[in-house]
Amino acid sequence: MEKTIAGKIITVNEEGYLTDFSQWDENVGTELASEANIDLTPRHWEVLKYLQKEQQNQVALSIRRVGKSGVVDIKEFYSLFPNAPLKTSTKIAGIPKPASCI
Amino acid sequence: MTENNGKIKKMMIILSKASLENVYAAFVLANGARMEGIEAELFFTFFGLEAINKKKMDSLHIATVGNPAMHMPTMIGGLPGMEALATTMMKKEMEKVDMPEVPEFLDILYASGVKMWACKLAFDMFHYKEEDLYEGVDDIITVSDFYKRSEGEGVHMLFI
Repeated sequence: MEKTIAGKIITVNEEGYLTDFSQWDENVGTELASEANIDLTPRHWEVLKYLQKEQQNQVALSIRRVGKSGVVDIKEFYSLFPNAPLKTSTKIAGIPKPASCI
Repeated sequence: MTENNGKIKKMMIILSKASLENVYAAFVLANGARMEGIEAELFFTFFGLEAINKKKMDSLHIATVGNPAMHMPTMIGGLPGMEALATTMMKKEMEKVDMPEVPEFLDILYASGVKMWACKLAFDMFHYKEEDLYEGVDDIITVSDFYKRSEGEGVHMLFI
């Protein structure tokens, strides 16, 4: 389905994840974050860029892997993206929802 | 579906066994809850206490006896070294699917905000000392305390 965000029309799936990463930009990310009640700080951006890089390298994302990344530890990850960090952060980053159980 | 719109708000998971397959079931469910933004608490009782015993958590085994899913005769499963062998083989597969070992998994759960409770009755029965327990354990509590913590809408309880 289509959705207008930050003055741009983007395509998202029924859970609200971007289906085409080329439609993502920082304004879209900022807007998606505010939908999740998150004000992005430089720390958030570091994590988001890391997630996008991992996705680009086709690394399967999991909480454990993020915790071992050296970019952010699990506790901070939960505090940056409260409730469901992996789901929330990947949505903001414009990448698919990870299918990990760990 | 009136209560909390049917949404799960908190999982209260009771672990009463320390075979690796049960411990992992409890941990994966607790971690999975947190990943979904659901609160999670673990209550370690009876042999489940071994999963938070610093001296034992590294050497938990897959049950090869009395476990029909092992597809081996009980007599074979009971041979010396069989549990260790099955456990080593299983751990290799677990690593492949990014499953951490028990101590690392406890660290992940702790960092994710999972509350961990040791059962007082089992703690006393097995003559545990506080220093035996993993540092992330919140407290040693009674069943009554645990029920008290389970009050509210959208709270589910699971016994493993």
